[in-house]
Amino acid sequence: MTALAERARVAARVPTRFLPVVVTFALFVLMFAGGSLRYDSFASGQVLLNLLIDNSFLVVLAVGMTFVILTGGIDLSVGSVVALSTMVAASLLRAGWPAVPVMLLVLAGGAVFGLAMGAVIHYLEIQPFIVTLAGMFLARGLCYVIDLQSISISDPVFRTIAQTAIPLGDDLFLSPSAVVALVVVAIAVYVLHMTRFGRTVYAVGGNQQSAMLMGLRVGQAKVGVYVISGTCSALAGLLFTFYMLSGYSLHAVGMELDAIAAVVIGGTLLTGGSGFVLGSVLGVLVLGTIQTILSFEGTLSSWWSRIVIGLLLLVFVVLQRVLARRSAAAST
Amino acid sequence: MRELLRKPIWPLVALLLLNLAVTPSFFAVRVQDGRLYGSLVDILHNGAPLALTALGMTLVIATRGIDLSVGAVVAIAGAVACSWIAASPDPASSGAALTGIVLALGLAVVLGAWNGFLVARLGIQPIIATLVLMTAGRGLAQLVTDGQIVTVNNDTFSGISGSALFTVPVTVVVAAAVYALVALVTRRTALGTLVEAVGINPEASRLAGVRSRSIVWTVYVFSALCAAVAGLMISANVHAADANNAGLWLELDAILAVVIGGTSLAGGRYSIAGTLLGALTIQALTTTIYSVGIPPEVSLVFKAVVVILVFLAQAPKVRALLARRRRGGSGPPPAAPTTPAAPAPAAETTGSGR
Repeated sequence: MTALAERARVAARVPTRFLPVVVTFALFVLMFAGGSLRYDSFASGQVLLNLLIDNSFLVVLAVGMTFVILTGGIDLSVGSVVALSTMVAASLLRAGWPAVPVMLLVLAGGAVFGLAMGAVIHYLEIQPFIVTLAGMFLARGLCYVIDLQSISISDPVFRTIAQTAIPLGDDLFLSPSAVVALVVVAIAVYVLHMTRFGRTVYAVGGNQQSAMLMGLRVGQAKVGVYVISGTCSALAGLLFTFYMLSGYSLHAVGMELDAIAAVVIGGTLLTGGSGFVLGSVLGVLVLGTIQTILSFEGTLSSWWSRIVIGLLLLVFVVLQRVLARRSAAAST
Repeated sequence: MRELLRKPIWPLVALLLLNLAVTPSFFAVRVQDGRLYGSLVDILHNGAPLALTALGMTLVIATRGIDLSVGAVVAIAGAVACSWIAASPDPASSGAALTGIVLALGLAVVLGAWNGFLVARLGIQPIIATLVLMTAGRGLAQLVTDGQIVTVNNDTFSGISGSALFTVPVTVVVAAAVYALVALVTRRTALGTLVEAVGINPEASRLAGVRSRSIVWTVYVFSALCAAVAGLMISANVHAADANNAGLWLELDAILAVVIGGTSLAGGRYSIAGTLLGALTIQALTTTIYSVGIPPEVSLVFKAVVVILVFLAQAPKVRALLARRRRGGSGPPPAAPTTPAAPAPAAETTGSGR
């Protein structure tokens, strides 16, 4: 009897954990199906792949943001770091540097930027919101210091990467950036679910005090997620550079909001401790589908996308709230 | 020195002195056409929208909340007022201006109540609840203005920003009045204590008989109202509503002002005077960037560095480190056996090393 009840409870609990992700997936399928019914050429594999190609940088950003939010923090600097990365890459290429050292330097720069913010947050105990806000101003400001104008890129390696199409069977292709994004997602899933670091990230987000008393490396995890987010931002900056083939101070303004929105729509709790990287990826795909539908519609103005994203955020936070209440009621 | 560091006034004083060193006539104030002019008046006049928004934000943060939507509310208020005036039969009449203003303020109450509903009734985290309106709000403002910049030529409406009362700009008078009112209401009645109680422990204060939901509701409505007044000031100043750029990143500056003023983001403790200082500091910083002649390309870096310095100086950890080092450096450490033995010698070596 009790075993049966126990089993029923376990069966009820497992979907609750995955339910936000399942709902996001269902929403994505519904939106895509709706688009396919309305527009003739919508239901093609390439439109699906284009979602990934056009949002590869956002996928990478959302992955980094997921790590930070899982620990209960937030990183407002990611959009500015993307812009700074495009500027650094473009200006170094203009100065005649070869492509590979430029890429490595940009990635290292992002990691150091994240490390500095994480260290201030953890060791000086200043709130993540404030620290990353200062980081956002600083990174955006450094862009202006480098150059006020847009710098276009003529480096052959960058141009080749930007124009390469990886064929997938008949008439379908993927860009190198999309492949990079998929690899990042795979690594993130591995790190979060298969390593000690990943477990600590979830534990810190669940209850930092308990995690510390358990002897987990709280400091390493808390600083580490900002290093990851900084590196992901720099990588997203590189992907964005391939996408735009230019560096510009006004690139990626407000992209941190898109990344946060994608993570929330993907079912990750902003209080930390609960959520999945795959959910964030689905969140990005949902945002991408909204853009695609708007571009297919043609006559709708761009501000509708902001309104729809706001509405979706609303639906998802209310849904999470209801689920949290239900699981709280179930566990008592 | 440490006493001075604890007060949030030193960044403002430092900035003003820096200005004085560069422009000796910086503190000069003159009367022209029945209105005060001068750099200090400019700081107050241009800082009024930020000061108002930050005031609303202070009370929200005191209840352990945060309101990210104020920038969007600024845009919506300006858009609604200007669109109404532009669409009215007589765009220059004061009647159209007053209706537009009332409409904008009324809509702000609705938006604030919406935030309050999400936070107080549904129990959603404030940062996400207001993120919804932050994201959608600017879209709504663009919907109202149809993506255009709506210009109005209405003397009554422009008067919100341009006119003066007893030579003092109306913006400054309005901001000062709202500050005085809020200070009076929160410090002379129990409301201030109740707000702090909700911020410290919502559940406990509810059990103690505080109507925490109504209080949370009230602070979000008040925050949106403050933002709407700020939005009217901003759009009246330029005689236009720009749904794209009005109040952009204002929420971040407002939160910055609140935190510089010594209010804890963890809730339960707030300082209205501190917020005013914080807002003036940020405005003085902006003015300094122009008056000292810092090139526009490094202005944002300058701002970031100042913000970082202010926060580092205020962080409890840094202060503790500084205090310990100072104690170690100035002769023998005071007999304090209560402090743990291990960190004390370490502090002494760092102290003597310098």
